[in-house]
Amino acid sequence: ALTGCVAGTGEEGPSSSRLFVVRKDQDIYIQTLRKLFNESHGIFVGLQRSEEELAGKSRKAQLVQVSKNYRSVIRACMEDMHQAAISTRDPALHSQYSTQVSILSAMELIWNLCEILFVEAAAAGPLLLRLLDWVRLHVCDVDNMVREVLSSENPSKHGLFWNVVDVFVLQGRMDEARHLLSKEASANPTSVNMYKILDDLMKKMPVPTLGNTQTLTEMELKWQHWHEECQRYLQDGTFASNSHMESICKILLGDEDAILEKKELMTTWYHFLVTRLLYSHPTVKPMELRFYAQACMDLFLGGESSPEPLDTILMAAFEFEMHQVIKECSIALSNWWFVAHLTDLLDHCKLLQSHNLYFGSNMREFLLLEYASGLFSHHSLWQLGVDYFDHCPEYGRVYLELHIERIPLNTEQKALKVLRICEQRQMHEQVRSICKIMAMKALRNNRLGSALSWSIRAKDAAFATLISDRFLKDYCERGCFSDLDLIDNLGPSMLLSDRLTFLGKYREFHRLYGEKRFPEAAKLLLMLMTAHIAPCSFWMTLLTDALPLLEQKEVIFSAEQTYELMRCLEDLTAGKSDKQKFQDDDVETVKVEMLRLALARNLARVIVKEGTLEGS
Amino acid sequence: QDNRISIWSVGDLGNGGLNGEYQGEPQLLCDIGHNGDVMDMQFLDQERIVVASSTGTVTVFRHHQNNQTLSASQRWEKAHYHVDQDTSCGAGAACTGVICNNPEIVTVGEDGRINLFRADQKDAVRTIDNADSSTLHAVTFLRTTEILTVNSIGQLKIWDLRQQRNEPSQIFSLAGDRVPLHCVDRHPNQQHIVATGGQDGMLSIWDIRQGTMPVSLLNAHEAEMWEVHFHPSNPDHLFTCSEDGSLWHWDTSADISEKPSFLHQGGRSTTYFSHNTINQSVVSAWLSNDPTKDRMEITNLIPNQTLSVNSLDILGPCLVYGTDAEAIYVNRQLFA
Repeated sequence: ALTGCVAGTGEEGPSSSRLFVVRKDQDIYIQTLRKLFNESHGIFVGLQRSEEELAGKSRKAQLVQVSKNYRSVIRACMEDMHQAAISTRDPALHSQYSTQVSILSAMELIWNLCEILFVEAAAAGPLLLRLLDWVRLHVCDVDNMVREVLSSENPSKHGLFWNVVDVFVLQGRMDEARHLLSKEASANPTSVNMYKILDDLMKKMPVPTLGNTQTLTEMELKWQHWHEECQRYLQDGTFASNSHMESICKILLGDEDAILEKKELMTTWYHFLVTRLLYSHPTVKPMELRFYAQACMDLFLGGESSPEPLDTILMAAFEFEMHQVIKECSIALSNWWFVAHLTDLLDHCKLLQSHNLYFGSNMREFLLLEYASGLFSHHSLWQLGVDYFDHCPEYGRVYLELHIERIPLNTEQKALKVLRICEQRQMHEQVRSICKIMAMKALRNNRLGSALSWSIRAKDAAFATLISDRFLKDYCERGCFSDLDLIDNLGPSMLLSDRLTFLGKYREFHRLYGEKRFPEAAKLLLMLMTAHIAPCSFWMTLLTDALPLLEQKEVIFSAEQTYELMRCLEDLTAGKSDKQKFQDDDVETVKVEMLRLALARNLARVIVKEGTLEGS
Repeated sequence: QDNRISIWSVGDLGNGGLNGEYQGEPQLLCDIGHNGDVMDMQFLDQERIVVASSTGTVTVFRHHQNNQTLSASQRWEKAHYHVDQDTSCGAGAACTGVICNNPEIVTVGEDGRINLFRADQKDAVRTIDNADSSTLHAVTFLRTTEILTVNSIGQLKIWDLRQQRNEPSQIFSLAGDRVPLHCVDRHPNQQHIVATGGQDGMLSIWDIRQGTMPVSLLNAHEAEMWEVHFHPSNPDHLFTCSEDGSLWHWDTSADISEKPSFLHQGGRSTTYFSHNTINQSVVSAWLSNDPTKDRMEITNLIPNQTLSVNSLDILGPCLVYGTDAEAIYVNRQLFA
């Protein structure tokens, strides 16, 4: 996120250069939000995998459940954040956490409204009930007051008694209002009559039902009837002696001014909206909401204050402008979590037309890509990002390929996890590249076994050759093998590269020699050269290794084999140019001479031995 | 990075939690910061925990039960390290495994080194440099003086710590491809039975008295098997967890219908099966070549798997495991 820029003048000229201060997205590092990211990841993946075949009501119920799950995660996070805010002693942290709590609260408010209007798509009737629940859940500024009055010894004598009754009425909590009023009635016998009438009105108030027990028209008729009854009582002056009760009656009649008077108790324009709807148009249709919403917001704010971002977002929701909601949320919120998940859910509800954004992918994918990319900058949340990329059909794979190579691999276990992800998605390039990096690191640390293990994983023959050359180099320098446990136990991986095969077989030769199994050792040695498994550079060493075998008391090499050896020697020496021969130092020439001598002697002995008849 | 070692308490069945909270929700008792990733940890005794770090440091933490705090009581820095060939400067190497047998602590790491520490002794009692040319992934005790290690070229090695030579006393390896082995555990009662888990998710059972190859290979998970554990008091049960997000319970106890009904106690935490006769056949159950013949039951304990299960542990009827989704799960009625 861009946090600031500084303009400066360069020395060369008057043109100002700008220095931008770019800061990483801090949100992913807030401890309590990690729960949000992790749990919502689980819900997201579950949603993508869920049955698409379910149609109609059951699918909708499923989607509503998903929405509720998301919301409960937000609430859980809010709780944790709230606890953290209370328990911290650092004022800066306290304010940060408190801000986060209000942001989360706003997110849940918006999401809940979207769930009612878009996901559940509540129809006229149930719509109002849902909106009432929504208001009751989210406008909690008055909770303290309510608690205070209810827990006092004599509630009806409490100064805020009538406020609390008003709150209940405004939120449509009739039973609770009536309960409180009964206390007042018993304390104040003179108004018993008034109380009884009011109580009766409140009891009889028709409300939309969730089931199919009544049609809308039925309800409307009942409501009209009830409304007229309230009107009569008001006009008769029944409540004239008690201003509180009179104002309640006016509220029941949906009197705008009476309701607006209680602004402080409603605290928000959307509370005002729902109250108004409850008492004037309980059977409001979803599409009619926008008109009432706009009117209520104007009335409530009354020109004193301008709408805040939250207000604009909610208004866009009431107007059923989904894209507007998403756009406004993207601007207002500091990270992509909210819009990405909400858009994905709405997409699953088949509510977003796939109008392509000008750079190719649709909105859902764009937001998911942005969110997941943000996750990849975190040292461990990147694992969540993988699943998000998986579910972006257009660009997900490309993004994943680019991001996954840049994860810092500080332990082998992390590298293994990354590799597993790449292998599962057939990202062979990335597998090779990561294995090469790990193998190089291992080589630099002289962990030859590890290096080999990485090359086997990547089936990287070239690297295996490199490692084998290292071993052979070590052998030539030191005269013995290092890491015998590795070379002796190569198994089938020996076949990965010719050089590696040679290394394994060469070591086997040494072992056979050590175990005094000379004929087998001899055969192996010869095979290494004739089958061209050994690199030419090593032939001299091999021939020199053959010397002690040639010098044994017992004849080991057969005539055939001796001829082969001689041929190899000649090939080797013939291959050298005259200039090389000239440069060869004495040791080299002596070696060659010794070999020739030994070979000749062996040939002589073996011809005699093979020519001799056994027995007689 | 802010890694922490934390101690949690899981409420007893039948009691409400400390604050009357929803019982069963683990409560955080105390925690302490840790430098580097926690690669492995083990209780040394009732109060001390040994932790292996990705920085190569091994730390002993003490849990003070009276005031519920944790403190670092001993630390061996650079227990595991690499020496760069070209520059000759040292850097930490991840310590991948730790096993304790109070007061001895054995650690292994990516540097192929084996360290033997003694609690409260500042220097290592013994260090075997370059014990292995590849990474050592896990270690466990075979007997009090012998350890088992597994490495990334598919070898299981026995080391005799009494001997001074720096060579393993025995090497076992897989038959085919040298698939890296990531975890190892020994049967609690029959010390010759060893289980290992590999990078390809394969579970191998070895009889170390005979041969150099595993007795049985069981195709298990679809990705790296991170940990394998025999149940300490019920060893005919084995548990494995994997990168593929599953946790499997391997049950070789005999078929339920064969047991007299009064022995099948179910999920009581204090009652265990004590059928010695059946134990005899259990011995061969792990070592038999045909697990289907002995009716091994294998159950995946995770219904909706997503991310890797990195670690698990079992004690009595209680199973604990942790996932890459930053969640810890506790199942306190394992045999219910």
